[in-house]
Amino acid sequence: MAVGSVPLRYRITIDRDRCMECGRCVENCPYGTFRWEGDRIVVDSRNCTACHRCIAMCPRDAISLAEYPCDYRSHPLWTRDAREAIYNQARSGKIILAGMGNVQPLPPIFDSLLLDACQVTNPSIDPLREPMELRTYIGKKPSKLEFSRTPDGDVDLRTELTPNLMLETPIMIGHMSYGAISLNAQLALAKGAHGAGTFLGTGEGGMHPAIFPYQDNMIVQVASGRFGVDVDYLNRGAAIEIKIGQGAKPGIGGHLPGEKVCADVSCTRMIPMGSDAISPAPHHDIYSIEDLAQLVRSLKEATEWKKPVFVKIAAVHNVAAIAAGIARSSADAVVVDGFRGGTGAAPKVFRDHVGIPIEAAISAVDQKLRNQGVRNEISVVASGGIRNAADVTKAIALGADAVYIGTAALVAMGCRVCGNCYRGLCPWGIATQRPDLVARLDPEKEGEHVANLIHAWTMEVSELMGAAGINAIESLRGNRDRLRGYLLDEGMLKVLDVKPVGA
Amino acid sequence: MCGIISVVDRAGNRMDGSKIKKALSLMDERGSGEGAGYAAYGVYPEFADCYALHVFFDNIVETKSFVDDLLKIWGTIEHDEEIPTFEGPNLKKVHTPWRYFFRPDASLMSGTPSPEEDIVTYLVMKVNTSIPGALVYSSGKNIGVFKAAGWPEDVADFYRIQDYEGYIWLAHNRYPTNTKGWWGGAHPFNLLDWSVIHNGEITSYGTNRRYIESFGYRCTMFTDTEVVAYLVDLLARKHGLDEEMAVRALAPPFWDDIDAMPRKEKEMNLAIRLAYGSAMMNGPFAIVVANSEGICGFSDRIKLRPLIAAEKGDRLYISSEEAAIRCMEPELDRVWMPRAGEPVIGRVR
Ligand code: SF4
Ligand code: SF4
Repeated sequence: MAVGSVPLRYRITIDRDRCMECGRCVENCPYGTFRWEGDRIVVDSRNCTACHRCIAMCPRDAISLAEYPCDYRSHPLWTRDAREAIYNQARSGKIILAGMGNVQPLPPIFDSLLLDACQVTNPSIDPLREPMELRTYIGKKPSKLEFSRTPDGDVDLRTELTPNLMLETPIMIGHMSYGAISLNAQLALAKGAHGAGTFLGTGEGGMHPAIFPYQDNMIVQVASGRFGVDVDYLNRGAAIEIKIGQGAKPGIGGHLPGEKVCADVSCTRMIPMGSDAISPAPHHDIYSIEDLAQLVRSLKEATEWKKPVFVKIAAVHNVAAIAAGIARSSADAVVVDGFRGGTGAAPKVFRDHVGIPIEAAISAVDQKLRNQGVRNEISVVASGGIRNAADVTKAIALGADAVYIGTAALVAMGCRVCGNCYRGLCPWGIATQRPDLVARLDPEKEGEHVANLIHAWTMEVSELMGAAGINAIESLRGNRDRLRGYLLDEGMLKVLDVKPVGA
Repeated sequence: MCGIISVVDRAGNRMDGSKIKKALSLMDERGSGEGAGYAAYGVYPEFADCYALHVFFDNIVETKSFVDDLLKIWGTIEHDEEIPTFEGPNLKKVHTPWRYFFRPDASLMSGTPSPEEDIVTYLVMKVNTSIPGALVYSSGKNIGVFKAAGWPEDVADFYRIQDYEGYIWLAHNRYPTNTKGWWGGAHPFNLLDWSVIHNGEITSYGTNRRYIESFGYRCTMFTDTEVVAYLVDLLARKHGLDEEMAVRALAPPFWDDIDAMPRKEKEMNLAIRLAYGSAMMNGPFAIVVANSEGICGFSDRIKLRPLIAAEKGDRLYISSEEAAIRCMEPELDRVWMPRAGEPVIGRVR
């Protein structure tokens, strides 16, 4: 074979002086990096994905992992990645799959946005002593209210409110389906969301009975494949989300390989066992905003207009215009998913090259909705690459009502962002259905970790708000005056509508 | 910083400006000499039916004709003149203050519920955004705003405030912290019938500005108080909320308090926060808003700025300092400190 094999990516070494030959690494690495040869453990570093499971489980800290130093002839254009992708495709003739988010070294715009703080003339607020309000309602809001006065001077509200989701924090957990992740992982997320007073998405469809106790915290998704969708499913959710696109792979559908469709997944998603579950790229009944509006309304009709309906789209070049259309479709919230969004599996070329950053997308969407006078009529949820409380705060200052986190919640449960989720062997029991691996994840404990993470970020957001002299999240939303751009070019400052530092 | 004082005579009797000048000057240390101003309701009885447009011109010769032409398209100028001013050693004329008494032609903006007011609002925004060197800073009927960059007593002497008579007075002494001190940036801010004085910094300005601009208002004065005037116009005039509801929207109760309310009240407050969350004002502030029917004072939700109210007979006073009120009226019937977010309302009978 002319192309030969590509060099290893990582090198695993066992410090033989420390190793006590307990064999936990052999048990823990689902990729078969370690094996017994007689009474000796041997290592095949080629299999390693850098998931860190063996390291975390080794009682003697005997394992070390390093990127394998392999000097290709240095070249600024023909990087190692570029060349290896070609070798692999020349051999296989296939699309390269990848998991998790975009790995291009593009600087996150969030890191070039700096938050404001009060000094002297305007006191900062101490969240430990003063009320700090992060409660967030997601859904349609009336653009104006009408009151009437009764003859005896009482005031009556005449405007009727449409149903909204009430969140105690502006942080929700995005959609990860049972199938893409394990039931234990989904249960842990559900427990976490429940503990933190927020919501999470079911992903592409179906709700496993184990999740029923948390159904009031669930947003049920309707994707193009319509898996698991029936009226019972819709009614179980606190809200419904129509998935049009996803930040990690805008313009393409979903694919759950047949191997992951075990009996349980088959039941939940209402598909035959072992068959591939393919959500096509388009919804075959949606070819225009009018069609979308019809689906929005039929879902509302099916649930007696009691549930907010979200529409999720990937951040792409004309995302603002699309969001404005969605605002007019009776949808209650638009979810915009940026190009750093994670995924269980996507063609690498999509994951790394399609879409736009969430920061720019949110700014553009918020501005467009304002220009059209419909910003109040729809909530905006930002997702795709939210890494910490500062990102949350900045996303809200740019115009989001709330954020979805995905990868961050998985990391809270152990995920090491190894990017091999699509192989179904996730060593942390997250992106896998293999029972022995799934059993590694304790929903109780990991649910607590997820809730802790959301609590911690929520406290940090309050501190950041307090420092800026703001005690209600409504006053942070779209408040771009509280942001300054550092080392951003003029064009980007314009899109974000923020001033440069010092101005 | 900043000092505010306001008074309404609920019987509608007019008061001259000499006392309020004294009261405002008493609070000199709350200012920096970079802005002071007065607003009075009832000052132009002879033109009570016309909109009194006060305009700062940088240059009369080149700019004024643009404003004249624009006004003539939209109505009739009944009378116009330079506002009499008297330069002193501390206050030189930077802009030329001019006043027009203008009657809009309602037929030119049919289909809106209040065409005259919409024409005037449109003209204010139009002039302020498109005619460089002209700034309309007062536009109500029978109302005048008089302001400049200077100390309270110098600004009062510059306009001879004591010669004007009104049944509502607002006055403000400015200590600019976020924007430069300039004539347009001095308070009161006015649009149509609404005038606002404000002590504080509105940390939600970015949100409020983008909210109000989505309704077609344009913020041109680089200060947070302008946005308050427009918010009040939107809520009270366009959306028809009464004072109490409007204040509820601008400084709503905390969720904990809302949660504890009886069902009906709870729903109403929830609706207000949902619909008007972006109008909510944050940061330390004490504000008095006036229209021809009265004044309404309120502070931020945790009262980070002082606000005090007092009554004597028909007169209701709202100020940053009791001493300023006592400077106008030493013998008061009642003095009290309103709670955070609780409006103090004085209506003209
Ligand atoms: S894949 Fe994970 S468990 Fe296996 S060797 Fe690599 S780091 Fe260790
Ligand atoms: S979910 Fe599992 S497979 Fe995917 S990146 Fe995280 S650790 Fe790796």
